[in-house]
Amino acid sequence: MSEVRTLDVSTLPPGAFGSRTLTFWGTLGIVIIEGTVFALAIGAYFYLVTRFPAWPPHGLAAPDLRWGTLNTLVLLASLIPNELTRRAGEHVDLHRVRIWMVVCLAFAVAFNVVRVYEFAHLNVMWDHDAYGSIVWLLLGLHTTHIITDFLDSSVLTTLMFMGPVEEHRFVDVEENAVYWYFVVLAWLPIYGVIYWAPRVL
Amino acid sequence: MSALDVNQSVLSPAGIQASAIHSLWSLMLWVCAAVFMAVLAVLFVALRRGTRNRSHDDFEPASEAALSRSVGAAVGVTVVVLIGLLTASVWTGRTIGSLHAASAVTIAITGHQWWWEIQYEDAVPGRRVVTANELHIPTNRPVVVKVTSRDVIHSFWVPNLQGKRDLIPGYTTALWLQADRPGVFRGQCAEFCGMQHAHMALDVIAESQQQFEAWLEAMRQPARDPSDSTLRRGHDVFMHARCAGCHTVRGTEAAGQIAPDLTHIATRHTLGAGTLSNTAEHLAAWIQDAQRLKPGNQMPPNPLTEEDLLALVVYLETLR
Amino acid sequence: MMRRHDPSIGGDLERLEETWADPNGWYGWFMHVDHKSIGRRYLLTAFGFFLLGGVLAALMRVQLSRPDNTFLGPDLYNEIFSTHGTTMMFLFAVPVMQGLGIYFVPLMVGARSIAFPRLVAFSYWMLLFGGIFLYVSFLLNAGPDVGWFSYPPLAESLYTPSKRADVWAQLITFTEVGSLAVAVSLITTALKLRAPGMTLNRIPIFVWAQVVTSFMVLFAMPAVMLASTSLILDRLVGTHFFDVEHAGDALLWQHLFWFFGHPEVYIIFIPGTGLVSTIVATFSQRRMFGYLPVVLSLVSTAFMGFGLWVHHMFATGLPQLGESFFTAASIIIAIPTGTQIFCWIATMWSGRIVVRTPMLWILGFFAIFIAGGLTGVMLAAVPLNTQVHDTFFVVAHFHYVLIGGAVFPLFAAFYYWFPKITGRLLSERLGTWVFGLLFAGFNLTFFPMHILGLHGMPRRVYTYPAAMGWGSLNLLASIGAALMACAIVMFLVDAIRAYVAGAAAAHNPWNAGTLEWATSSPPPNSNFPSPPTVAGREPLWENPPGQAVVVGLRADARDVLVTHVLDAEPDHRLLFPEPSIWPFLTGIATTVLFIWSIFTPWGVVYGAVPVFVMLVGWFWPKSAHEGGTQLWPFAHRMLPRPNETPAAGGAI
Ligand code: HEA
Ligand code: HEA
Ligand code: HEC
Ligand code: CUA
Ligand SMILES: [Cu+2]
Repeated sequence: MSEVRTLDVSTLPPGAFGSRTLTFWGTLGIVIIEGTVFALAIGAYFYLVTRFPAWPPHGLAAPDLRWGTLNTLVLLASLIPNELTRRAGEHVDLHRVRIWMVVCLAFAVAFNVVRVYEFAHLNVMWDHDAYGSIVWLLLGLHTTHIITDFLDSSVLTTLMFMGPVEEHRFVDVEENAVYWYFVVLAWLPIYGVIYWAPRVL
Repeated sequence: MSALDVNQSVLSPAGIQASAIHSLWSLMLWVCAAVFMAVLAVLFVALRRGTRNRSHDDFEPASEAALSRSVGAAVGVTVVVLIGLLTASVWTGRTIGSLHAASAVTIAITGHQWWWEIQYEDAVPGRRVVTANELHIPTNRPVVVKVTSRDVIHSFWVPNLQGKRDLIPGYTTALWLQADRPGVFRGQCAEFCGMQHAHMALDVIAESQQQFEAWLEAMRQPARDPSDSTLRRGHDVFMHARCAGCHTVRGTEAAGQIAPDLTHIATRHTLGAGTLSNTAEHLAAWIQDAQRLKPGNQMPPNPLTEEDLLALVVYLETLR
Repeated sequence: MMRRHDPSIGGDLERLEETWADPNGWYGWFMHVDHKSIGRRYLLTAFGFFLLGGVLAALMRVQLSRPDNTFLGPDLYNEIFSTHGTTMMFLFAVPVMQGLGIYFVPLMVGARSIAFPRLVAFSYWMLLFGGIFLYVSFLLNAGPDVGWFSYPPLAESLYTPSKRADVWAQLITFTEVGSLAVAVSLITTALKLRAPGMTLNRIPIFVWAQVVTSFMVLFAMPAVMLASTSLILDRLVGTHFFDVEHAGDALLWQHLFWFFGHPEVYIIFIPGTGLVSTIVATFSQRRMFGYLPVVLSLVSTAFMGFGLWVHHMFATGLPQLGESFFTAASIIIAIPTGTQIFCWIATMWSGRIVVRTPMLWILGFFAIFIAGGLTGVMLAAVPLNTQVHDTFFVVAHFHYVLIGGAVFPLFAAFYYWFPKITGRLLSERLGTWVFGLLFAGFNLTFFPMHILGLHGMPRRVYTYPAAMGWGSLNLLASIGAALMACAIVMFLVDAIRAYVAGAAAAHNPWNAGTLEWATSSPPPNSNFPSPPTVAGREPLWENPPGQAVVVGLRADARDVLVTHVLDAEPDHRLLFPEPSIWPFLTGIATTVLFIWSIFTPWGVVYGAVPVFVMLVGWFWPKSAHEGGTQLWPFAHRMLPRPNETPAAGGAI
């Protein structure tokens, strides 16, 4: 047997945070996929705009600004506890993680509730015409994201309270927060399109 | 290809647009054939060399720099050839796009599952002509076809004259074509449109300006009143069986809008958008059960008595 | 730290193999997460769908073999060609390439597992259930019948009131969910699990091809998911996306579909080029000439691939300027493809070639694909396209590029990697026959279609009148298809024979240079008892003697080394998940949701509940062992702080 050199990796840590983890790249993949869906849906919206002299067509009223704007504020505000959760995760600080995740969940409940009012004040039904369809689609797509984000955050929060809590879970907490960022930031262009495009165009 | 009985080919153009495209095709064919042969020849040599290298221990590998130069040169040639082809393509497109003229005949074609509605426009509404499944055009005169669809997407394609154009509901686009010589050119729907996409053809009859004008004038005439008892019977069957609900025969009370106009059905060469030749037997069979001849088409079977059917066919045969 | 090392690690080896083993038994079968097992399933399943799609093709060829044939009626013919196209694109071509990626990417980068193995297992169930769903629907006379791109308004409920278009749209959802998940896993594997020393410029070209393809999947598949979802909504809840009567637009579909559909064809072709690069290098016995230009070609093809979709819509009558742009873009994409072809030829030119069966298929690839690519350039010219669009000329083009660009390289890969997967060799003699017959049969089938198209034969016609004069060429094409069928039967026979009783293969029968050959054939459960490190692009040719191996990973748990994205320096270790039933159960629940939602929108709502339950089960911690890190409360953290980089001991 010839001499074989070795690379001993036993001293390496059993995990990491941020872009060094596999989970980060997985999350990034999901963000690309869903970001593309949003972008294309917005593209479809503007494509339909070009097909009509007036927008919204047939003299429909634009969606009421109130609830959408309120929700934008709630979503943006949720970024604060979200960032605090992320940092608590990175610091492997269970106590803080618990506190801030609960706060995040409270925000999630709030924006899911406001979302119901948003739907009610779009001033068009999905089966009225293609304008109604695309507006409902945009809002519906984003709603599935805030619902699923709410659900997986609840599961994770439950886990963090019930245990057994492994060190490894703090990486999940961090990645969950990264995804939350995406869900909130993706809302901004959608908000602009749903609520402002009909007013500006 | 064996003796072609029907004119439906890109390779025998009969109009300036089709000719321009045909020239582009020839260029593309020869250039691409040359590229193909050249690349495969080099591949063959490379294979020979490579296999020989294997059996020679003293083999001197070509220097990487020399390889880089060759590959670079090949890419350079590719770029040049491609720019050439692109130029030819754009230039042909421009040429075809510029073949407009004010003197054009304007024809509106609407696609239906699975037949063609054809309307010759005229400034005077009373002089407009509606027909179906057979297009007459004058030779040596630009024709503009405005296409759209009432149901699904179809595509209007008469390869001897011009490239195809989709008929899309909600859109109306204009396609220019021109026949350089008289003849019958077959066209066929080229966009999949459901069950009977295969049987959605039309004949384009290119004829001299006088013949065309005469034909158009004939088309403007309404149907004549039936002149004997058989014809009257046939007429009545048509009006009282369901025919009149779907079909129009101008000059009678039949004014259905959802099926081909039959005012001059007897002048047409085919039935069912090119499915059958227009003979009395075929007509009778079609009326009895068009579903057997063109399964899935929108015309229901018509159980008529022998005499009624006969009278109806005789009547339809007079609609010239 | 230099240390004497016994590569057989003694008793640990058994332990290691046990750790990485998938469970046995019929129940265990549903729990597999080993990428080799899943990869094999992918390959077999996709190949099975190829056979089914091929049988449908054979039926079409019977129908078209003579004019006015009544073998198949219009309804059945339309169902068959739609199902054929849908099967070949979504259930065969994409999954088979992903299957190769699942099996070989981890091996080629020297990893013990694919990233997110359970997700990959789940993807497999999506593929399988989606395919079963399609074929059960087909047998229930509910197979898709509006073509593989389902244009509305034809696909709207007004014109297709049956469930056929829904089946098509939902099949898309199944397969796209699967493809997307695999794409994410492959990207992560290639970026984070590479052997130490495998810097970006040492990644095997096949792995590059898979990464580039996977990124295309991420950006392209959402378009078709959005489109098919909108179509289902139109059909199910009365939205009007594509309905002109209510301010919708028929062309919106075409833009969305082809924004996916064009990249789709490169998603199929780019892995094919990766195979060609791999096999050409091996059989030329030299490293691939022009590594950098080839990788850049892949990347630029991917980028450009998103700018050509309109070339499928030239006949819609768009304004001329826009058309010229898309012509230019379509033609320019020949440059990177040409570059790759020239680099392969240069590799062969300067190599020491040995022609064995895999290489035969590659030679066939050159002849067929180049011809198909050139007809693609012709199609890109708008004036010419308006003539031959939607004719058999296009059918000829895309079978030349699909079969030439993907199926021939795939057969090359079967011959090349069969010994790796099974430890046995396929017959060289039979292989030559299979190749010859398939090559001849292929050209006999598809070459005449160019002429048919030029002579006016539209695609998707179930029959044609004798007077058209298309009969003889169609007959020729049908005879060719019969030859192809013979070749494929011979291949199946040989594969089964070789699997049972083939000659045993050496570990590296072709003397190849990439890491998948650094382990035994078939590979052990852990892939590499001692994970390799690399010092060159073709490690088996270029690693110096005594190149370091990785030690210090646990043998009693699925311990995997994670490295840095750019330089593949060791970064941390990660415990990978154990085999699990949850991916299968989640697959079932998802299937129920998808099928239910064809019938009522409430299917989505109620169907989501079991999916959610399954997902919770999936992610719920099973044991301390599985999550792998220490339990709270702990004295000091073991996870590094965000910007601290610990170093491994030893030398690469
Ligand atoms: C593997 C899949 C694959 C690949 C690789 C390609 C490659 C190409 N395709 Fe093809 N295509 C399809 C699969 C594919 N296609 C399918 C499935 C359809 C039909 C979908 C449907 O309607 O059902 C289609 C349809 C299609 C159309 C629309 C046809 C129509 O419906 O009207 C067009 C038009 O531009 C086109 C163009 C091209 C071009 C320019 C390339 C180029 O990438 C080719 C580049 C390669 C070469 C040119 C050869 C090698 C290069 C050299 C040797 C260098 C020297 C060359 C020169 C100097 C010219 N393709
Ligand atoms: C990778 C993709 C792929 C592949 C490999 C093929 C393979 C083949 N295709 Fe396909 N084809 C498409 C993708 C593909 N096709 C697509 C996308 C369309 C467009 C659909 C649409 O318009 O919507 C199409 C359309 C299409 C048409 C046009 C239909 C029409 O427009 O009317 C035709 C016609 O001849 C055809 C023929 C064939 C043939 C003969 C093969 C042969 O190569 C098949 C060879 C295989 C066999 C002959 C099978 C052998 C099997 C056995 C021997 C059985 C063994 C039995 C068991 C153990 C079960 N194909
Ligand atoms: C429900 C509607 C309907 C009724 C009723 C109907 N037709 Fe038709 N007919 C059609 C349609 C639609 C077509 C075009 C079918 C096709 O080619 O796909 C057609 C085609 C025809 C054609 C061929 C026209 C051509 O140019 O190809 C003839 C002739 C014809 N019908 C005669 C009749 C007669 C006679 C009757 C009554 C006995 C009748 N039709 C009743 C709908 C109808
Ligand atoms: Cu009309 Cu095809
Ligand atoms: Cu394309």
